[in-house]
Amino acid sequence: MNSTTSTRDFPLLKVQVSDRASVAAPVTDPKVTVESLTVRYGRRVAVDAVTLPIYRNLITAIIGPSGCGKSSLLRALNRMNDTIAGVQTSGRVLLDGQDIYTPGCDVIALRRRVGMVFQQPNPFPKSIYDNVAFGLRINGLVHSKAELDERVERALRQAALWDEVKDRLDRSALQLSGGEQQRLCIARALAVEPEVLLMDEPASALDPISTAKIEELMFTLKQHYTIVIVTHNMQQAARVSDFTAFLLSGALVEFNPTPQLFTNPADPRTEAYITGRFG
Amino acid sequence: MTIVEAATFRIVGHSLRRQAMELVVQALIYLAALVAISLILLIFVFVGRQALPVLISPAVHEEVTLGELFLPQEYGTSEVPLRYVWQPVSVDPKYSLMPLFLGTLKVTLVAMLLATPLAILAAIYTTEFAPGWLRETIKPVVEMLAGIPSVVLGFFALIVLATWMQERFGFDYRLNAITAGVALALAVLPILYTVAEDALGAVPRSYRQAALALGASPWQTAWTVVLPSALPGVFAGVVLGFGRAIGETMIVLMASGNAAITSWEFAEPVRTLSATIAAELAEVVFGSPHYHVLFFIGLLLFAVTFVLNWTGARLVDRLRRRLAGVER
Repeated sequence: MNSTTSTRDFPLLKVQVSDRASVAAPVTDPKVTVESLTVRYGRRVAVDAVTLPIYRNLITAIIGPSGCGKSSLLRALNRMNDTIAGVQTSGRVLLDGQDIYTPGCDVIALRRRVGMVFQQPNPFPKSIYDNVAFGLRINGLVHSKAELDERVERALRQAALWDEVKDRLDRSALQLSGGEQQRLCIARALAVEPEVLLMDEPASALDPISTAKIEELMFTLKQHYTIVIVTHNMQQAARVSDFTAFLLSGALVEFNPTPQLFTNPADPRTEAYITGRFG
Repeated sequence: MTIVEAATFRIVGHSLRRQAMELVVQALIYLAALVAISLILLIFVFVGRQALPVLISPAVHEEVTLGELFLPQEYGTSEVPLRYVWQPVSVDPKYSLMPLFLGTLKVTLVAMLLATPLAILAAIYTTEFAPGWLRETIKPVVEMLAGIPSVVLGFFALIVLATWMQERFGFDYRLNAITAGVALALAVLPILYTVAEDALGAVPRSYRQAALALGASPWQTAWTVVLPSALPGVFAGVVLGFGRAIGETMIVLMASGNAAITSWEFAEPVRTLSATIAAELAEVVFGSPHYHVLFFIGLLLFAVTFVLNWTGARLVDRLRRRLAGVER
């Protein structure tokens, strides 16, 4: 390396920051606002007083080393942490200005508005059709078979899976490949037409081609949805997201537009992490 | 001997000894399995030999034919026709098995109709809703219920349950198919519960998470995702319980009233196949037609449970394969 060149002249990470990132758009009105959110497992603090806006129709990535609390933060946004015994949450999470942690908040309605895709593809052992129809059926969102058919098809199209499965909708979802299963899980989440989509390392169990498909999908989905993605893969965060939050030991170190965070981080710890000095 | 040679020798000697041990243990396990299997086969052969004369012996056929066992007869008068009668000890012995089949069916039906939903709902409650400490309490307690000797359950049914049920529901007969069925349900319930609980508990957490994240309530999650996923196991429990209910003897012997009546009325006393063997075999004349018929009943019971278990296992297998997506 030429000794006269300073490191500042290089992007810190050898990745291409998404040219499709839409930070230029005015972002004044967050869809979700996280306010001094703390999540504890017993006495262990997993998320430590995090404050963070999540903007409408953009992709927000949460990155950080393993165990930094990024999944716990994500799961706080649709109160999935409630399903784990011994979890305590304090602080506020405002969805369209309404705190989802106020007593009396309808958790079931909340989870319909804030959908989730998990790390491991987890289709039900039912047919492809029944998987996508599940949320619509249990929430009583459709009134006829024709309407159900139509919404299942729309969700599968949105998840870019329709052409692959349209001839075998009655087959078991477990026959699909891992990547197809994950897109099916995305379709299943989209079918109830949530406003926010949470993705917990959605591609970490997938091969590169399936990963690329999922990332491609996220670009089209953000026109209609607000997406939050947790990933330990920095290249992925840089490729897909508009904003990135860097978490360390449960605390938010930096939150900035993705190009800025990856090329010109404000915090030395962010720089250390994205250049691979730890993590 | 060099050091290397000595070491090689030790390693070789050691591994030879280990191989020998391995062979001995293998042989012992093999032997144990062989003994168990041959014992079952021998029992089957013995019962079969004692039952065989019903099919082939002319001496037995003088008193009872296969037709008499299964087909309607004309025992009564023309005003009061009696088609199916079990009266093996009489001047004119009557051997119709129909009342016994019907009795078994009625008691088993009551027991299964009661025990199945109860056990499945209880299992859903413990796996899906109960807090950890409660689950850890309920499971061993129900399993303890399985350890109650059936004679104690029969005793309880005879003395306590029968009186209580008669007062509550106004049965004409204190001992009847319903009372016996309820008592039998107590014996079947723990088996069904334990198997169902294991099956539900084995459903991956990720299914529950997915359902909850889609806005399903915990009850919807249990009913529409967890239970269907556990269906093969739950169904295996039902088959197992059914087998137990058909074969169970002591409870029905004590609580059913033991009257071989041919009717579809559930509030009447009944006599089951198993209770008939238990009650009559000790007093029967050795080698008599009655004696052979009792063994024939035993063989039928054996066959019924065998067919049931086999069909059940096949169904469970099919359900499992369908869930796994191997076949539609």
